[in-house]
Amino acid sequence: MSEYILEMRNIVRDFPGVRALRGVDLNLKAGVVHALMGENGAGKSTLMKCLIGIHRPTAGTIVFKGREVDIPNTITALRMGISMIHQELNPVVDRTVMENIWIAREPMHKALPVFIDHGKMFSLTKQLFKELELDLDPKSLLRNLTVARMQMVEIAKAVSYDAEVVIMDEPSSALTPNEVEHLFAMIRKLKAKGVAIVYITHKMDEIFEIADEVTVLRDGNRIVTEPVSQMTIDSLISYMVGRNLDEMFPKIDCPIGEVKLEVRGLSVPGHIEDASFTARRGEILGVSGLVGAGRTELMEAIFGLRRRSKGEILIDGKQVRIDSPVDAMGAGMAFVTEDRRLTGLVPVLSVKFNTIIANMKAYVNSLGLLRHRKISQDVTSYRDKLSIKTPSIDTIIANLSGGNQQKVLVARWLLTSPDILILDEPTRGIDVGAKAEIHNIITRLAGEGKTIIMVSSELPEILGMSDRIVVVCEGRVTGIVDRKDANQELIMKYATNSLRASA
Amino acid sequence: MATLQTPLVQKIVNRYAIFIVLGAMGASLTLLSPDFLTPGNLINVLIAESGRGMLALGVGVVIMSRGIDLSIGSIVSLTSVVAASLIQQHDYSARIFKDLPLLPVYVPVIAGLVTGTLVGMVNGWLIAYTAIPAFIATLGFMIIARGMALMLTNAYPVPMLRPEFKILGQGNFGPMPIIVCVFIFMVIVTWVLLNHTRFGKNVYFIGGNINAARVSGVRVERNLIYIYAFSGFCAALAGVLITARAASGIATLGNNYELDAIAAATIGGTSHTGGIGTVGGIVAGILILGILNNGLLLLGVSPYLQQIVKGVIIVFAVVFDMRKNARKV
Repeated sequence: MSEYILEMRNIVRDFPGVRALRGVDLNLKAGVVHALMGENGAGKSTLMKCLIGIHRPTAGTIVFKGREVDIPNTITALRMGISMIHQELNPVVDRTVMENIWIAREPMHKALPVFIDHGKMFSLTKQLFKELELDLDPKSLLRNLTVARMQMVEIAKAVSYDAEVVIMDEPSSALTPNEVEHLFAMIRKLKAKGVAIVYITHKMDEIFEIADEVTVLRDGNRIVTEPVSQMTIDSLISYMVGRNLDEMFPKIDCPIGEVKLEVRGLSVPGHIEDASFTARRGEILGVSGLVGAGRTELMEAIFGLRRRSKGEILIDGKQVRIDSPVDAMGAGMAFVTEDRRLTGLVPVLSVKFNTIIANMKAYVNSLGLLRHRKISQDVTSYRDKLSIKTPSIDTIIANLSGGNQQKVLVARWLLTSPDILILDEPTRGIDVGAKAEIHNIITRLAGEGKTIIMVSSELPEILGMSDRIVVVCEGRVTGIVDRKDANQELIMKYATNSLRASA
Repeated sequence: MATLQTPLVQKIVNRYAIFIVLGAMGASLTLLSPDFLTPGNLINVLIAESGRGMLALGVGVVIMSRGIDLSIGSIVSLTSVVAASLIQQHDYSARIFKDLPLLPVYVPVIAGLVTGTLVGMVNGWLIAYTAIPAFIATLGFMIIARGMALMLTNAYPVPMLRPEFKILGQGNFGPMPIIVCVFIFMVIVTWVLLNHTRFGKNVYFIGGNINAARVSGVRVERNLIYIYAFSGFCAALAGVLITARAASGIATLGNNYELDAIAAATIGGTSHTGGIGTVGGIVAGILILGILNNGLLLLGVSPYLQQIVKGVIIVFAVVFDMRKNARKV
């Protein structure tokens, strides 16, 4: 038997009109964390879906524990011991932890096997959690758990299939640094048990912390497989994008003008307590903090999406009344929201109409009819300006890649000619190339004298892009840091509010 | 991954499937029955479907906004008795409003339209501001409006309408019955609304992603009220015209109309998951149902079997539609 527990050999997968995988090899060893990297669309997910039976390879073989196998569906994969934790968890939120784990294979009563044996289910779950050193109540509802804990449940579920190969698709994307540490501890436990782990992520620092080996895919080809110890961030990026990316954060220093926006003593019951800060013309104001600190809520309150109990918003030194997005837009604000799918895209509609949604009043003639030609002209001009890659402006937006969708959302708000642009996690879940392009756009806008407020969970992005950084912790502004003083440690201290405790 | 390329033929079939089905049905009926493709018969189909067609336009818009309107059938009934009660012949002794002066013909028409639009607005208001599901709000008004119609008339018909009112339903405008002309007019109005106004785009935005619409400054609540008001207005217009045609106000006139209208919109490719639908599709949907009714009748098929055929077609239309839209993702 070879040193590999699982070998994917020369995997090809065709979709109508496109070859997504062009003969990819992937070899996994027991007890080794293998990172799978590549830009969106490189073929990572397709490759993994071939492994767990969602797709069938067009050509190529899969060898599991020395035997060539055929995996026609996910049930087969699970029974063989291959399981996947998907990026978007699909918990049944109104059922208990244990029901979620044993879904579709509930232990049955011995005597009356039509009835579920909840007692046995409970003890099995307890045992499983003990093995994984998880402190969770099998009977609590999923609804009451944090995302991180739901993920733990998901991992426990994967393990409960006696999985020998566990695939994790961007498991850390919704976790706070603290929770990521938990996740890594769990991964190390699985490793020690001899489980082979495939770890998909966009976050460079994680690779170097948790992975042993890394494979980079690009355009459906395997570019390289190497031990992580022989990689650097730069080499990894250049493998992924096929060119050197010297400038991930193309920050240009531009003149910063007078105060444009001032927030004074803003409170949102249960979320924000007495937050104050200012933002200037031409400035990129970074907003940092842990997930759940209240950054998004703060932005939503400023944009009129959340009711404030206290606080004033001043623009150009004058107090403005903002109770709805319409008011905020009237005051010259724009808001690219955090969650593209939930509050951004209208997935069934075209790029064109997704672009103009916030600015339709500009396209109505005196008869109340829409000026379609003007709409097409403007959308086309923004498509070119932001280099949005789309077959046509009439393409349904759901067919675009995440990075291009994000650019459409930025275009949507630029079309309203805002003075103040709030961007909440503007590069979440998009690939390295698109990320650099978004950063370029942000820099350019600041250069034009716009006020940019950028919320981000990625410290390198915050540090690389911001002129000043507002740090939020548990609903309070705990620090405002100048670019020249900013470093990772200081921001983290404000973000965890440990500075005050130690002072 | 690069975009999936759908072969051109498949694209055309997907896009125009509904019209291909309509054409095929027309062609086969022409072959099967010599009576089908005659001006008289086709006009009959149009007359029969115009009322329901107007309902389908209204509820189609509602469905595109990811809602549903179950109250439109009852709005037809309520409008019918409201309008009729205001235009009964003066020498008829069993009039509903005995002391009513002789009203001009536009009064019952406007009263009917206002009644239906108001019910729609209340529907929209409930859905927008109490956040109860559209299914529940409009189910409530389906029952309430039905009850109001029965109360007003004690469940008796409201007959003996004045001729200047009846002509609205029975008269012609050139070679075309007035009711068909009004339907065609409403088709155009709805098409313009959906494709050329902010309101129309807001319907698609709200149906496609209500949160994104709200964040982007669409006044969601106000637009929901407009949407349901439009649906109520369409139902009321149909109610007035059908009443004029029937020459009598009837408190059960619109029973089950809402289901036919929803069926037509659905067959026409209006997606119940919101954000997708066209006026052309809805018109094709209503014509398919109309031709089906008419054709099966001409062929002497049992009316009970007709129902089964209709049901099967509706389910298959949705199955096809889901597959079509699933392929896009």
